[in-house]
Amino acid sequence: MAAIAGTKSSLTWAVHLSVAALVLLWIFPTAGLLVSSFRTTDQIRSSGWWAAMFPATANETLRAADPDDFRVDLGDGRFAVSGNLYVEDGSVETPDDVQAVIQVWGTSSRAIDAFVPGDTADLGDGETITVQSNGDYVWEGDDDQMSGRGQRVFVTAESPPEFTLNNYQNVLFDPANREGMAQAFFNTLTVTIPATIIPILVAAFAAYALAWMDFPGRALLIAFVVALLVVPLQLALIPLLQLHNDIGIGKGYLGVWLAHTGFGMPLAIYLLRNYMVGLPRDIIENAKVDGATDFQIFVKIILPLSFPALASFAIFQFLWTWNDLLVALVFLIDATGQTTVMTRQIVELLGTRGGDWEILATSAFVSIAVPLVVFFLMQRYLVRGLLAGSVK
Amino acid sequence: MNPAVQGLITIIIGVGGCVGYFYFSNQILDKFIFPATGPQAGRNISRANAVRPWLFLFPALFALSLYLAYPVFETLRLSLTDRNAGGAFVGLDNYTQMFGEDKFWEAVRNNLLWLLIVPAASTAFGLLAAQLTDRISWGNIAKSLIFMPMAISFVGAAVIFKLIYDARPEDMAQIGIMNAVYLQLGGESPITWLTVPFWNNIFLMVVLIWIQTGFAMVILSAALRGIPEETIEAAIIDGANPFQVFFKIKMPQIAGTIVVVWTTITIVVLKVFDIVFAMTNGQWETQVLANYMYDKLFRANDWGVGSASAIIIMLMVTPILVWNVYNARKEMR
Amino acid sequence: MASLLLTDVAKSYGKVEVLKNIDLDIKTGELIVFVGPSGCGKSTLLRMIAGLESISSGDFQIDGERMNEVPPSKRGIAMVFQSYALYPHMTVRDNMSFSLQIAKMSKKEIDERVAKAARILQLEQYLDRLPKALSGGQRQRVAIGRSIVRDPKVYLFDEPLSNLDAALRVDTRIEIAQLKEDMPNSTMIYVTHDQVEAMTLATRIVVLNNVTHTIGQVGTPLELYEKPKNTFVAQFIGSPKMNLLEATVTGVGDSTEVKLTHGETVTVPIPSNGASVGDKVEFGIRPEDFLVADDGADVIYSGEALYTEKLGEVTVVYLKGGAGVSPLIAKIPGIAHVKKGETLHLTGAPEKMHLFAGDGESFLYK
Ligand SMILES: Nc1ncnc2c1ncn2[C@@H]1O[C@H](COP(=O)(O)OP(=O)(O)O)[C@@H](O)[C@H]1O
Ligand SMILES: [Mg+2]
Repeated sequence: MAAIAGTKSSLTWAVHLSVAALVLLWIFPTAGLLVSSFRTTDQIRSSGWWAAMFPATANETLRAADPDDFRVDLGDGRFAVSGNLYVEDGSVETPDDVQAVIQVWGTSSRAIDAFVPGDTADLGDGETITVQSNGDYVWEGDDDQMSGRGQRVFVTAESPPEFTLNNYQNVLFDPANREGMAQAFFNTLTVTIPATIIPILVAAFAAYALAWMDFPGRALLIAFVVALLVVPLQLALIPLLQLHNDIGIGKGYLGVWLAHTGFGMPLAIYLLRNYMVGLPRDIIENAKVDGATDFQIFVKIILPLSFPALASFAIFQFLWTWNDLLVALVFLIDATGQTTVMTRQIVELLGTRGGDWEILATSAFVSIAVPLVVFFLMQRYLVRGLLAGSVK
Repeated sequence: MNPAVQGLITIIIGVGGCVGYFYFSNQILDKFIFPATGPQAGRNISRANAVRPWLFLFPALFALSLYLAYPVFETLRLSLTDRNAGGAFVGLDNYTQMFGEDKFWEAVRNNLLWLLIVPAASTAFGLLAAQLTDRISWGNIAKSLIFMPMAISFVGAAVIFKLIYDARPEDMAQIGIMNAVYLQLGGESPITWLTVPFWNNIFLMVVLIWIQTGFAMVILSAALRGIPEETIEAAIIDGANPFQVFFKIKMPQIAGTIVVVWTTITIVVLKVFDIVFAMTNGQWETQVLANYMYDKLFRANDWGVGSASAIIIMLMVTPILVWNVYNARKEMR
Repeated sequence: MASLLLTDVAKSYGKVEVLKNIDLDIKTGELIVFVGPSGCGKSTLLRMIAGLESISSGDFQIDGERMNEVPPSKRGIAMVFQSYALYPHMTVRDNMSFSLQIAKMSKKEIDERVAKAARILQLEQYLDRLPKALSGGQRQRVAIGRSIVRDPKVYLFDEPLSNLDAALRVDTRIEIAQLKEDMPNSTMIYVTHDQVEAMTLATRIVVLNNVTHTIGQVGTPLELYEKPKNTFVAQFIGSPKMNLLEATVTGVGDSTEVKLTHGETVTVPIPSNGASVGDKVEFGIRPEDFLVADDGADVIYSGEALYTEKLGEVTVVYLKGGAGVSPLIAKIPGIAHVKKGETLHLTGAPEKMHLFAGDGESFLYK
């Protein structure tokens, strides 16, 4: 449509800008979580995550080495101590590791910006100190001056953005961490995979019958499925928990697998039936003429042709079971907490560690990383499924 | 047993069981019950074919009936009984008790607010995003990024937005963007957004809108692309400006799809639980029905009132259910 | 009332050239038909005139005013689309009045115009129906009505009949011709791939060449038929298409003598215009201009009949061409009993013969 004569290019720019704004607005929240998960506790406390992208300017008070131990005799009663302020501070190992760049410095708290790197400060009576931008210093004076504690230096330094993997180390790989996500991650996986695979086959057979087999009551059954599509699963909680207790399953994996299978069934049948109905009638009739039974037609023709719809449903069911909280709370997690899933673990952390964003952000990101990967890899099928699955 | 092994065995039993069931039940039907041989071969074949659909349908129907249909009636029954009195029938007592609770009415009010705002906002944003992204070269990337929150759990989204709404004491750096911006714009002191009654409801809704907009966008974008290009060109020749083209030509042509998107999001809203549960747990006047129900069922252990509130949710869904069934039947004819 | 002028107009999509060197001067009251094989750029040219496609280079004027950057609605044009492009959610009345409402015309005037158009097109009893409740022909008329109410300077039609069945197509074609007669001052441009439509409707035809992406010829229907400018036009206009036979020039002057590679020597009453003896040329004659030679007549071509199609009014005979040459076609009036394998001797009137130089250009236009 850009080809239409007389359309203003300013309008096109407005479109580009609005979309850019919209996209930024939409990824901003997630970006905050992602960035926060790579920051240290101190960084998170001291600035918003959006500041993490830019070099940070900080004021620090550093101290030269203890002259009693490190001074060098220069002769003539003069002594010197030299080294690097950041090394003395213990924040880096060698001067080469220094990331910060000193902008200004001073020797008194009242004038912290008195000097620029390379200047020599006169401390009175011939005592001097020279500081370079990377923190290297030379401090000179007489015997008396070069004793006691090291000279204080106030620096204003700019340090480049810094990120850490420590949070992930803690949350995922620290066996001592009782709030860690490793166990929960594993439990979520255990819930998800069977709960995704089992309903597919069951639903596929039913969808085939509803799409291509003729029997009385077919239309009624389809209406039944459409109706169940919107029944809130909240209604199922108590009756089914009771049922599971009565038949001895209780709370546990088996229960949650069965529950997810049941709850996923309407969408699975609906999606697959819609897709199968669209397959060319000729193929199926031709196979019938060739003498294939319904079972053979289903296995050899319908299933392979329905792959896109099967994939769509698999993604839906995967996302839904992975992200689920309610069903797990009701049917899986018992008093021991051994079978907790990630969503549950995060809600727990929100309660107990509400302000510790490095833990929260990292834990949350661990839980949403897998769906995001699946989403970006399989987006095509997801979209197709959505289009087929929204009730027309 | 190790849960992983148990999971693997379940998959094998589940999948193998399904295949086995379908294969052998068909075999038995064709070979033994109605064999296609002998003098009655023809009649047997047609009988077998009359039974076969039900073989295919049985496991699915069983799961549907047990896990969705039966609970509707059982919940209805439970809502009319009292568990503490040994499950005795108590008529509408549970409902009366529920209607007497302020928290219930708060939940109803909030749910109505959600119903009013979330589907409307998601659909509007989705429509805007669809319309704009369809016109630019990098539209697909933009779509994909706006669609992304669909993959994020409600709980994950709750954490994401809690960070946005975070408030620190006045003398510390604000790490929640809302407060940072608020102070920048001249706000006096940081606000704990989620504790401000009424508005906190909106802040919770934002989370769901953020998630559902992508869904609306994807569906509406497909609908927009389905509009015949020539009707749009005709409108341009007729002198319509871009806004008139959008509101007078495009919107009416995708009205059906807008209704579908709207109702689908409405259903999501009626079931919304995780967001409220994780962010405020219904405090500060943010209760909604699904969380109220969870409170009653699993915290207060009051199955009667819990079931009664579940029935209220069911009643709110029912019009959409009827409408969907009506449309599906119309389409099948 | 409008004249259109296209000067050296070209269109390309990226590197792909679709049209080039388009020069066209359309006068008020003309009905111009763009015709050409599918994909030759007819729609593209029409849409450039409408403003729905940008003009890659060149100049386009309506009534002397440059239009290249003028938006479609400001060009004083109306367009009837191949698919009709009716607004599916609006009644017939709303479809017709949409453009007038956009232009903020008074309710009274809108009603008058819609009523008048509905009367002309016999749509009065359908005004409150939705397009989906109309037949194909009725939808077609609504699409035309939508143009009429705007009283445009230029009407544009893009294959408006191609979605109708054969019988309806003839009726509607006649209706459009009448419509044109009732509005002698309106300019119309009509796109079709059907040469019968082109021949019957047009005051002038523009043939577009899908190989060179240029205009093959502009002229009245009879000009194109009688004096095609090149082999492309010669073969496109007329059905079955003109026979082209390889030949070599053997004599030049006010008329040209050629020897057909697989036939006789023929003298064509067309000046040689610079051709010289020995030049390879193409000799053209339409199937309907072939005559079965009486004894003693100058035979042009003799060939074995491959098969015949008896259509009643005419008999179409396919004759074996030379080695590696496609069959020649002769159209003999009435029912002719030609047996398969029989050799036919064909002749033709000299003034019905055509000569094309090696580059495909007609000797007439050299
Ligand atoms: N948007 C486009 N991008 C690239 N090529 C196009 C586009 N639109 C049309 N074309 C090409 O331009 C040529 C002319 O198209 P068109 O004008 O529709 O032909 P027709 O004469 O059949 O109406 C065709 O070869 C077509 O493939
Ligand atoms: Mg065309």
